Amino acid sequence: MFESLADLVAFRLLGLDPASPLGAAVQFFVQDVTKIFALLVLVIYVMGLLRALLSPERVRLFVRGRPHWQARGMAVALGAVTPFCSCSSVPLFIGFVEAGIPLGVTFSFLIASPMINEVAAVILVGVLGLKLAALYVAVGLVVAWFGGIAMQASRPERWVEDYVWKIRMGEAAAIERDTSLWGRHRYALAEVSAIVGRIWRWVLIGIAVGALFHGFVPTGWVTAHLGGHAWYTVPAAVLVGIPLYSNATGIIPVAEAMLGKGVAVGTTLALMMSVAALSLPEMLILRKVIRWQALALFAGVLAIAFTLVGWAFNLMA
Amino acid sequence: MKKFKVLGSGCRNCEITANVIAQAAKEAGVAIELEKVTDMATILGYGVMSTPGVVLDEKVVHSGSIPPPDRVRAWVRG
Repeated sequence: MFESLADLVAFRLLGLDPASPLGAAVQFFVQDVTKIFALLVLVIYVMGLLRALLSPERVRLFVRGRPHWQARGMAVALGAVTPFCSCSSVPLFIGFVEAGIPLGVTFSFLIASPMINEVAAVILVGVLGLKLAALYVAVGLVVAWFGGIAMQASRPERWVEDYVWKIRMGEAAAIERDTSLWGRHRYALAEVSAIVGRIWRWVLIGIAVGALFHGFVPTGWVTAHLGGHAWYTVPAAVLVGIPLYSNATGIIPVAEAMLGKGVAVGTTLALMMSVAALSLPEMLILRKVIRWQALALFAGVLAIAFTLVGWAFNLMA
Repeated sequence: MKKFKVLGSGCRNCEITANVIAQAAKEAGVAIELEKVTDMATILGYGVMSTPGVVLDEKVVHSGSIPPPDRVRAWVRG
């Protein structure tokens, strides 16, 4: 459906040649814009109706007081279904510390949350297919699990700013909720406008980058340089991803274009995870609660994890 | 007079939330007191981790997003 619509717009309406770089790019752009935004609205609306989206306050209550492995499992799993704006990173971090949740578990949550979410997962299935979607989610969960353990081993407590330990959190107030079908519908609509309003720029930029890659980068060059034979393409992809930031959904069309041109799966996964999980703005925000040593370590642990994952998949392919 | 507090570290959504409340009060012709709280200890003291949060007469009525306009109108009038 989206493909024929894109064909119509690019080749019939605009009269572009399907074999030309511009034609291919425009076709890709129209197809992905319509498909991804339709999926986004649909998925967020359904999640809103079911009230399947958790708030960080509830995650904190679930996780606190659990033994380590259980807390980590919950932090990773709940991180994947808890959307939160990076501007909430600081209160979230302090709230977890105050609840006595180990820092390593909090880091597991901070890794899982931006990298995986159910919205991105559904769009991954729609754009890249079930197999790659499952692969991305599984790898993300594993990296979040072990990334948190690696952070814990370095005793990050010594780097937490002093004032954080002194803050006491109040009882989370139960906010009244309208649970009628009408109330759920309105809540779902509000969620759609809030989340789409927050991420549409990243998604649009991602689609534009994907379209340019799809249309203008020659396949021969890609197979020669990014086909997965050279070991350095994976760490290079991770390094490129660190200063770049996008929402997890925004990076999907880029991955689609890369895979379509024959970039190795491991290299593509490494770039996706690096762009989604490692973000400079979020690091700067977290600097308010923890010293830069911990943040450097956090970035280092993730960069190494993504590189290992990329290599592993390129070797298996 | 109703006392509103917007909890948030000064992010864009917190600004918007404060503006939405001020606007709704103006439209309804209701005088309100509106305060922006940026101190983390105070924000967490209200039990709020996801900002922006809204406190009405010392009770948390919303957190985690810009509140929908009809809810803001209900708070102002109610």
